[in-house]
Amino acid sequence: MSVWQPIADIAAKVQAGELSARQLVEQSLAKIAEQADYQAIIVTLDEMALARADKIDQAVKNGENVGRLAGVPFIAKDNFLVFGAETTAASNILKGFTAPYQATAVNRLEMEGAICVAKANLDAFAHGSSTENSDFFTTKNPHDPTRVPGGSSGGSAAAVMLDMAPFALGTDTGGSIRLPASFTGSVGFKPTYGLVSRSGVVAMASSTDVIGPLTRTVDDAALVFDVMAGRDELDSTTIDREEAYFPLNDTPLKGVKFGRITEYMDSEGLDSDVKALIENAIEKLKAAGAEIVDVSLPSLPLALAVYYIICPAEVSSNLSRYDGQRYGYSDPSATTLDDSYKMSRAHGFGKEAKRRIMIGTHVLSSGYYDAYYKKAQTVRTKIINEFNDVFNKVDFLLGPTAPEVAFKIGANVNDPLKMYLTDIMTVAVNLAGIPAISIPAGSVDNLPVGLQLMAPQKHDAALLALARKTEETVA
Amino acid sequence: MITPEVRDQYTATIGIECHVQLKTRTKLFSGADNDAREAAPNTLVNHIDFGLPGALPVLNKEAVRLGAKAAFALGSRPQKFSKFDRKHYFYPDLPMGYQITQFDEPIVLGGQVDIALPDGSKKIIGITRAHLEADAGKSTHPDGSKDYSLVDLNRAGTPLLEIVSEPDMHTSAEAKAYARELYLRMRYADVSDANLYYGNMRFDVNVSVSKTDELGTRTETKNLNSFRSVEKTVDYEINRQIELLEKGETIHQETRGWNDAKQKTFSQRSKEDAHDYRYFPDPDLPPVLLDDAFIDEIAKSMPALPDDYRSLFDEIGLDARAAEDIIAVPDTARRVERVYRAANASHAKRVAFWLLQPQTEDDNTEGEASVQASDEQLIQLSQMVEDNKLSSTAAKEVLAEVLKTGRDPETIAQEKNLLQVSDEGEIIKIVDQVLAANAKAAEDVKNGEMKAIGFLVGQVMKESKGKANPALAQQLIKKQLGL
Repeated sequence: MSVWQPIADIAAKVQAGELSARQLVEQSLAKIAEQADYQAIIVTLDEMALARADKIDQAVKNGENVGRLAGVPFIAKDNFLVFGAETTAASNILKGFTAPYQATAVNRLEMEGAICVAKANLDAFAHGSSTENSDFFTTKNPHDPTRVPGGSSGGSAAAVMLDMAPFALGTDTGGSIRLPASFTGSVGFKPTYGLVSRSGVVAMASSTDVIGPLTRTVDDAALVFDVMAGRDELDSTTIDREEAYFPLNDTPLKGVKFGRITEYMDSEGLDSDVKALIENAIEKLKAAGAEIVDVSLPSLPLALAVYYIICPAEVSSNLSRYDGQRYGYSDPSATTLDDSYKMSRAHGFGKEAKRRIMIGTHVLSSGYYDAYYKKAQTVRTKIINEFNDVFNKVDFLLGPTAPEVAFKIGANVNDPLKMYLTDIMTVAVNLAGIPAISIPAGSVDNLPVGLQLMAPQKHDAALLALARKTEETVA
Repeated sequence: MITPEVRDQYTATIGIECHVQLKTRTKLFSGADNDAREAAPNTLVNHIDFGLPGALPVLNKEAVRLGAKAAFALGSRPQKFSKFDRKHYFYPDLPMGYQITQFDEPIVLGGQVDIALPDGSKKIIGITRAHLEADAGKSTHPDGSKDYSLVDLNRAGTPLLEIVSEPDMHTSAEAKAYARELYLRMRYADVSDANLYYGNMRFDVNVSVSKTDELGTRTETKNLNSFRSVEKTVDYEINRQIELLEKGETIHQETRGWNDAKQKTFSQRSKEDAHDYRYFPDPDLPPVLLDDAFIDEIAKSMPALPDDYRSLFDEIGLDARAAEDIIAVPDTARRVERVYRAANASHAKRVAFWLLQPQTEDDNTEGEASVQASDEQLIQLSQMVEDNKLSSTAAKEVLAEVLKTGRDPETIAQEKNLLQVSDEGEIIKIVDQVLAANAKAAEDVKNGEMKAIGFLVGQVMKESKGKANPALAQQLIKKQLGL
């Protein structure tokens, strides 16, 4: 059991004066200190957080409404800009950069009384599936410190499972929320593309980046998402929210039609124990009255290849602003402008960032654009169409979040392709912009396994309601 | 030096890219102030212009509206679908490492403008395309400094419309006329302040020469900010290229600059150094979709363009040269039109000549900011001339005062004692004095030597201190002499 109550209950108690925000922040900071060995956190924001907590406690005393997340501590992945806090995206090139403005998502949470207490570790610039690509250190899996927590939002997922805060923020570009959720046994929700503003979040791949919560329960995820979701004039790719996401409807499973994705379930790379747990979940859903049919999306096996063209293309472009000229790391020994660019980037970026810059630059260069980038976009459209077709036949899709349980630290670091394969069951969702969620489906040798549920675009409320029901049914 | 005979063996081909700064209040993708003219460096910069992590561009609707207006001013219609792309290169005044521009789906595709040439002929120049893009910042390299350059990001993100012409021009005169015509159209369409001094319009001129139908290798001379430098660059490049070819050398495709002090172009960057810009659609910006209602609304609200004024001034009876001089100052052109509508062609023509300023080589007249007079006052003044109340010389003296002060012309004329006297009795007295004092001349006139009457009229004018109506004076002289 977590030390934290459901988020809605915490906020209600703060509003009622039964819990103080200061007490909650102190509890959160104490947990972070206590579990420091897991290396989930890059920096804590003690002073700022306590000052905010005192303000909220004072407001409660004054009889003011302090919001739906009153006094609730949270941890932001370190690619979120939090005003006045160092924001590094776990990269050396941004070391020392203090955010002069703040992410819209953080703004919205703060407006409802939430308090950011710390910034969590990640693979630098969110490039990775394990946090091993962090330029600083690797986060350890709360269930087995010799294993990775998944990535790139590994610090956030671990922090939640280590009880450091009731929720954490993550970003999901190719699976970076869902994968660590699967590896740590947390709930990781990746909303429809455009429902949460990307403004103030260090960009990875702009066309697939989404922001979402990591929590212990679907209810908590829904509340946090409800606060963040909606159009933001600072992000032109955001869309209007058309529904409320909290509280969730109590949907019966009876009559719900699930598609069991054969490309995932019958994949050779799927670990047999993981498969058994997913099949077990399917049986429980059937027993609860749900209908499960096999569905095929024939282009899914191409999704990873498509993703590793489009994503690096956008990455290579998005990382070009880190040039050592205006902020962050600038190589002090450079004597010419060209050297300053080259040396700052050579020493400021880690291996994986450089790898993606090289791939992305290559696929966008003249003579290769049509063969790679353009073709990848064509296949991306095909994948989108296949999702649309299959959602004409079923209400939701299901499958595993990852092909295996959390792997050992160091197991894949010398084999980037194997590392990329970790994302094989998550990337298609990002290419299609549809919502998906990873919820715990049990454990293999005490290592959690995530069940992934997917819905059509903008069916986030239905997906969350269904996930909560599934959570109860499968547990 | 090449002889005219050699020169004539070659045909020059010229295409022009023109960057026009759009007159929006804020930048193309950020809320920072777009008026960088007198601002201290790096004061009009926000997180988007500075390229901070997490900053996203937000398209300025007004810039799209102005781009759509420009489409009509270029003889085209805006595209219903256009989109933005990223163009990558590293430079300190480009904070994001890419420029946001429109690569293959620009807001304007196709168009044409008529240009008037000095010999009175006209020519149509095709417009290939025009696209919206964000300007870069400004780098300065202080003299003698090898250690640093200065970067001002105030201009970074300023909305530009880049207008690309077809290679339809063949002489420097055509290039200059085209540049001037674009300038006029952008001003009249009210999409740009088009102030050349502040670099609101900058021209990149592509020139090649060839003896055959096949085009020669071109050079591009960038960042010209006056019509004259466009003209001079074309002449210089044509001569330079022909000289090279005559010597048996080849032309290198390259980017050149114009040195105004030395009056010559110089090499800046060769094609080998050309960047691979790695264009791709900007994933932060959804495509721009314009519906018919929006486009029709723009079409309806288009202000009158230079061609509209050319027809109007022709109708008024102004010659083409005067018309162009008036059109060079939009405020004046609009005033002449108003006078024409409120009064008649005769008044409009007179007012036009009054307000006409001889155009210098580089027309960039800053409107009528200092003019205080109302249309009514100018019509009134013109009427006074028609009523013989003022001589045309006296009218100009009154005009200067009216323009400066905006005071009543009649009052000014009275104060300056310039009103013509048309009172017969008063003039007869003067005539009698003059005839008495100049008996010899009077006798000559009587004897039919009509030349002498001019002298007598002049004397009357002199005695009346210029106020006598000369026609009336002559009439009265004849009458007094019994002719």
